[in-house]
Amino acid sequence: MPKDSGIGASSKRREDVRFLTGNGKYTDDINVAGQSYAHFVRSDVAHGRINSIDVSAAEAAPGVLKVFTAADFAEVGGVPCGWCVTDRHGNPMQEPKHPVLAEGKVRHVGDPYAVVVAESLSAARDAAELIEADIEELEAVIDMKAAVADGATKVHDDLTSNLCYDWGFVEENREAVDEAIKGAHHVTTLELTNNRLVANPMEPRVAVGEYDPWKDEHTLYTTSQNPHVIRLLMGAFVLGIPEHKLRVIAPDVGGGFGTKIFHYAEEAFCTFAAKALKRPVKWTSSRSEAFISDAHGRDHVTKIELAMDEEGKFLALRTDTYANMGAYLSTFAPSVPTWLHGTLMAGNYITPLIYVNVKAVFTNTVPVDAYRGAGRPEATFQLERVVDKAAREMGIDPVELRRRNFIDKSQFPYATPVAVEYDTGDYHATMDKLLEISDRDGFEARKAESAARGKLRGFGVAHYIEACGIAPSNLVGQLGARAGLYESATVRVNATGSISVMTGSHSHGQGHETSFAQVVADMLGIDEAQVDIVHGDTARTPMGMGTYGSRSIAVGGSAMVRATEKIIAKAKKVASHLMEASESDVEFANGQFTVAGTDKSVAWGDVCLAAYVPHNYPLEDIEPGLEETAFYDPANFTYPSGGYACEVEVDPETGQVEVLAFSAADDFGNVINPMIVEGQVHGGVAQGIGQALLENCVYDENGQLLTGSYMDYAMPRAYDVPMFTVDHSCQTPCTHNPLGVKGCGEAGAIGSPPAIVNAVIDALSGHGVEHIDMPLSPQRVWAAMHGKG
Amino acid sequence: MYAFDLVKPGTVAEAASALAGGEAQALGGGQTLIPTLKQRLADPGTLVSLSHIDEMKYVRESGGTVEIGGGTTHAMVAKAVADIYPGLADLAGRIGDPSVRNRGTIGGSLANNDPSACYPAGALGSGATIITDKREIAADDYFQGMFTTALDEGEIVTGVRFPIPEKAHYSKMPQPASRFPLVAVYVAKFADGVRVAVTGASEDGVFRWTEAEEALGANFSTDALGGLSASEDGMIADIHGTAAYRAHLIGVMTKRAVAEMS
Repeated sequence: MPKDSGIGASSKRREDVRFLTGNGKYTDDINVAGQSYAHFVRSDVAHGRINSIDVSAAEAAPGVLKVFTAADFAEVGGVPCGWCVTDRHGNPMQEPKHPVLAEGKVRHVGDPYAVVVAESLSAARDAAELIEADIEELEAVIDMKAAVADGATKVHDDLTSNLCYDWGFVEENREAVDEAIKGAHHVTTLELTNNRLVANPMEPRVAVGEYDPWKDEHTLYTTSQNPHVIRLLMGAFVLGIPEHKLRVIAPDVGGGFGTKIFHYAEEAFCTFAAKALKRPVKWTSSRSEAFISDAHGRDHVTKIELAMDEEGKFLALRTDTYANMGAYLSTFAPSVPTWLHGTLMAGNYITPLIYVNVKAVFTNTVPVDAYRGAGRPEATFQLERVVDKAAREMGIDPVELRRRNFIDKSQFPYATPVAVEYDTGDYHATMDKLLEISDRDGFEARKAESAARGKLRGFGVAHYIEACGIAPSNLVGQLGARAGLYESATVRVNATGSISVMTGSHSHGQGHETSFAQVVADMLGIDEAQVDIVHGDTARTPMGMGTYGSRSIAVGGSAMVRATEKIIAKAKKVASHLMEASESDVEFANGQFTVAGTDKSVAWGDVCLAAYVPHNYPLEDIEPGLEETAFYDPANFTYPSGGYACEVEVDPETGQVEVLAFSAADDFGNVINPMIVEGQVHGGVAQGIGQALLENCVYDENGQLLTGSYMDYAMPRAYDVPMFTVDHSCQTPCTHNPLGVKGCGEAGAIGSPPAIVNAVIDALSGHGVEHIDMPLSPQRVWAAMHGKG
Repeated sequence: MYAFDLVKPGTVAEAASALAGGEAQALGGGQTLIPTLKQRLADPGTLVSLSHIDEMKYVRESGGTVEIGGGTTHAMVAKAVADIYPGLADLAGRIGDPSVRNRGTIGGSLANNDPSACYPAGALGSGATIITDKREIAADDYFQGMFTTALDEGEIVTGVRFPIPEKAHYSKMPQPASRFPLVAVYVAKFADGVRVAVTGASEDGVFRWTEAEEALGANFSTDALGGLSASEDGMIADIHGTAAYRAHLIGVMTKRAVAEMS
């Protein structure tokens, strides 16, 4: 029986009432008395030397308060990078300064070099046209391999080259991997691109800066997935504002997908300018601006080699990747192609030797950073594509080849050769479930039916592993993170028994207000409606690291559990006093405290009231009140896994791919709200379909963005996705967090692209096509089929 | 956008006089012009909205033709000519998405003559007559290249008269992002011949594929197209399709249109 409330129930998303009735409160809905408007003047060349900027005419224009340039930011820091990667020679990465406004050079189309603040947005835009900027265009560095060739033009003149780092992992294995590949029975090689993506959350970025001279306090309203991280980075590193004088509020946020993790120059600008002008300053990105200023995602070029014995057992894996950093290092950019990518190259398989080489490269393009999945989709895509190609080359069924190499459930916990230890999993079980729900047995009949209509039908599978619940602070610290990655929660029980939970996690579409309340209500045996989730305001919530890396229920949820356990422990003390019983005899279930073996009982609400009206209360032993905080820092990542299957039909005359069916068998461990989990998988798979078939961010050789609007950047639409078949009944709960949960936010985007591409390649198996780079647009599929690729 | 004055005339005559100064720009459904204004790529000073002119919103059938007012939205055409000229109604009903179809107008589309728009293929493929506030222009003379027409400055498309063919079909291969035609072909079969108009493909905008017209005129079947291939010379090449791919699609879309009509 499905539950109707608490953990495991598909409670309806309470936040959707306000979202669907137009009552959401987003950052752009916030208007502060006396606010002014900022317009960023952005470079229209990819690379140029700033010889001069004359703002005098613009400053004299009607309604203009001030025009800012880099000179105004001489006393403040650059936008910091939150992760330092050490290269294979033991040296720190090259880390260029990222000024709030461009200094000396502009380095990508969209790089801001001036900001006009005016009484209205149109006045600011009018004035911006009066700025006389003498920018001498320089050769643009776009292609990654050309960027690291000898004599290449440098994006940053003060660095030794465009190479941010050359990372080897595990460096000690390098020679052993080379030897194993040399001596192997068969080596499958694949060169591929992981296409560059623009996240495109429905809500563009917005920042509103406010300064209160009475208290010398700053407030920033911003579209962020992690307001405390913004407060830390901006306060400590850019503007020098102590945290007790800086409040960051991220109200309703309309989608993040990673690109709203990062601290952006626009946030620092609005905070800084509000004090400088003694006026609130608001900036709202246009969609066009989002394309050239939101951090992009992925953009890897990889060669992968898989060595096998006669039976198809994996012997060694070697990858060689170029990862685009763009023009500056965005907040977590260096970690994505390294620690979030190399550590996942074992996948679900036993591969004794693995070596991953990543060269991170600066180019004259928008910075590239985490996008839904962040590093793990890149790893999964390479691995699941090369395994599929290997199966064809070895004449082994692709499912069978995967099964021959799966880590067996008896082998957990399993230490991979790439530094992580998987706690649980059962990959044969998810593969069995996948084949069942996708009806693989019926595929040949369906293929024949398609062929009768002149269409090519294909079936593709992929199996993924991901590291979620991004945390252990001591581990990520060793790997170069410049922050901890715990999570926090304060559970505040009010006098009449209702509860406010202040979490350091942030919800921007995930439904935390519903699923988090389910956890706390379930533990206390009270109605979910009695629990309210508060997030997104540094003044109201304890220091937390925010939401990304599918970490919120695993880390943030665990913090709530720990805080609620403290509440229960204290409430039991109060109850034992009220019932005149020994504390050890008090039991708590379904909202009632009872004494074992007696008919004594006291209700949850009575205990809460006693804690706040302590007339009859053990004041000598415990304090009044009922409010507890917990910080949770787990022992390991969590490792969700699953099998995905895609069935496509290709129109051989046009190259058009249609996704006919998509099945997902996920192991997320325990599930709090099945409906929300399914929705997360649906959204992730839709984005995976976008990456595999539609989305592509393209620069020309001069660094002009060719896909700067929806006229050329193809987002998935409703008719591009089929009805999904999703299952999460295979559950091997996480062993090291109290809820046994693993996280589900990114799985769909991680596992789906290789399943889709494998399906298309399967459909084209009679045409000698071995690989097509994403997106598999009609033109690319047609060209590959006709040898015109 | 830049600040502008908005004029909302109620008649064609008032609109023509508002446009006469040369500084003003006509605003049909705004599906191209409004995004252009928002990007500050145009600064017309005055916009003359054609949305309030009732005499430009009509569908009239007479003597084997159907005449559609220039201010008629795509959604209205899709509904009103469904029984009169189903091939054209189908084209109108597949332009853009519901919000585009309920704002965009036939006159606006034809005046703009986007090389990837749908209506130019319908008008040229039907051998329609473009009716303006000053004259009538045959479709064969009207379309003069990418975003270029026979219209004079300030001239308003008040209506379009379509001869109704025996049958017609519009086959469209959408560009993945914009959903405009990557290549689309309108085939219309009349008692005295076949017209084939291609949009989305050529750097010169909509054009007639005369070889296919001749072949289909002699033998209206997909077999007649067997040996034909459109030249890739002058085809648009961009990130969504090479010239060779577009030329190939012309053949595929033509064949599919004919198959639908057979």
